[in-house]
Amino acid sequence: MADLSQLYQSVILDHNQSPRNCRRMADADQSAEGYNPLCGDQLTVWVRMDGDQIQDISFEGSGCAISKASASMMTQAVKGKNMADVLGLFESFHAMVTGRTADSPTPLGKLAVFSGVSEFPSRVKCASLSWHTLKRALESLPNEAARSNKGTQE
Amino acid sequence: MSVIVEPAVRSGSLDVDRLRRDFPILGTEVHGKPLVYLDNAATSQKPAVVLEALARFYSTENANIHRGVHHLSERATEEFELARLRVARFLGARSPDEIVFTRGTTDAINLVAHSIGRFQFKPGDEIILSGMEHHSNIVPWQEITSQTGARLRVIPVTDAGELDLDAFGRLLSARTRMVAVTHVSNAIGTVNPLERIIAMAHEAGALVLVDGAQSAPHLPLDVATLGCDFFACSGHKMMGPTGIGVLFGRSELLDSMPPYQTGGGMIAQVSFEKTTFAPSPGRFEAGTPPIAGAIGLGAALEYLDAVGLEAIERHEGALLAYATTRLAEVSGLRQIGAGAPQRASVISFVMDGIHPHDVGTILDQEGIAIRAGHHCAQPLMARFGVPGTIRASFSFYNTFAEVDALVAGLEKVREVFV
Repeated sequence: MADLSQLYQSVILDHNQSPRNCRRMADADQSAEGYNPLCGDQLTVWVRMDGDQIQDISFEGSGCAISKASASMMTQAVKGKNMADVLGLFESFHAMVTGRTADSPTPLGKLAVFSGVSEFPSRVKCASLSWHTLKRALESLPNEAARSNKGTQE
Repeated sequence: MSVIVEPAVRSGSLDVDRLRRDFPILGTEVHGKPLVYLDNAATSQKPAVVLEALARFYSTENANIHRGVHHLSERATEEFELARLRVARFLGARSPDEIVFTRGTTDAINLVAHSIGRFQFKPGDEIILSGMEHHSNIVPWQEITSQTGARLRVIPVTDAGELDLDAFGRLLSARTRMVAVTHVSNAIGTVNPLERIIAMAHEAGALVLVDGAQSAPHLPLDVATLGCDFFACSGHKMMGPTGIGVLFGRSELLDSMPPYQTGGGMIAQVSFEKTTFAPSPGRFEAGTPPIAGAIGLGAALEYLDAVGLEAIERHEGALLAYATTRLAEVSGLRQIGAGAPQRASVISFVMDGIHPHDVGTILDQEGIAIRAGHHCAQPLMARFGVPGTIRASFSFYNTFAEVDALVAGLEKVREVFV
């Protein structure tokens, strides 16, 4: 039987209660909106870049404890990281919440508190919504978009 | 075919313990706890007589209908048409010809929206919906407006969760072609005053389609007396199988409507030059229909009739009253749109600082099935300023002890989040 206390760990409840980096960002380089039509959860993620590095990140939105805590802890985990590291984290996090093993696992550190989510299939999307949204924001950064356009031209 | 159901009525009230034994799933456990099924507005559970009717059809009578001259085809056709007759009686239609089998309520509404709306509505025509419609009674009409230039008007919902009939009166005009309104709100349980709505709409010369998905399993119905032009409902919410639904339409209307889908089974004669269509309801049933589903629905309605819709309404009313009182004791709990004078057994609520999905997951661990989310009624959620609610919806097989289990489960939810 899936264990509730594995899902609602105190770290998660704390981030739900007082989410970190939960604010709009006026001087962001890019933002993206995430939406889960199943439950109506929605959030916006803003990023400000310093070259290849996430200099600042924030989010706002409405969602359940899992999605709020996941967004909050994601912002802490990726701040200061470069693109490749963030994508590595994304892959490993996604693998963990869907109960898979990543091909080349990145250590998840504190994010490991979300491992209980894999026991609750209907909640996987709650945990991964902010990550998918961040990924989309990064992929649509002006220089990223230019790079991938150039890629297709070549 | 005969299904024997002894009415489990004891001194005017239902013998719920006995009725529960008719439903195999109600004796099962979820996460090691006895199932407390409070998601009846999403779909109802099925009594053994329905499961047996399906098995019997497939084991002993299976054939396509209206086609073969062989024994089984004749049997299947007879059973299918008997189911249509049962539906007609259950809904109070004057004739089985007024009953079209569809895939469900959504399919039935799409049928009317396309057959009448798409071909007959003109720019400037108006379709009036209510602010408490399920998406299935919004989106098909919205599609018609984009194809025809007709436009949607919406009856507002009051804070109490009622339709504002004064506003409805002001919306009605010679431009109104269709009033499509739900009988019972799937999200907040309001029973709308249909007689008055229908009278007002007819006075303005508009047709009325009633979304009866939530009322058909819970209230005694008589569409002929109600006077609605169309009534749509779903088999799976009325103890029947999924994949079968019903559109009641007044004969004069159905006979004058063009088909919605075309193909086999709905024709009179086909040549490459020209096809003529079968009379209604056949012309609206292109292709092989869900034969077993219709037969299963027939068995379900016979079961519901034996239990008795008046007794069902009474028991569910008592459950609703008890749940309303008990939920009011849970601190930080706020009921949404629960102020209408007449309500079916649906309760929607939110909890301070706790998202409905978290409530749903924790209750699930207690074996309690509720619905958390927007209930396919996003405009209504927006009206009440909530992204979603927690919804408990009761059927006649639910007990007062299950209401207590829900309240105890909600206390657990609070423990996790305090």
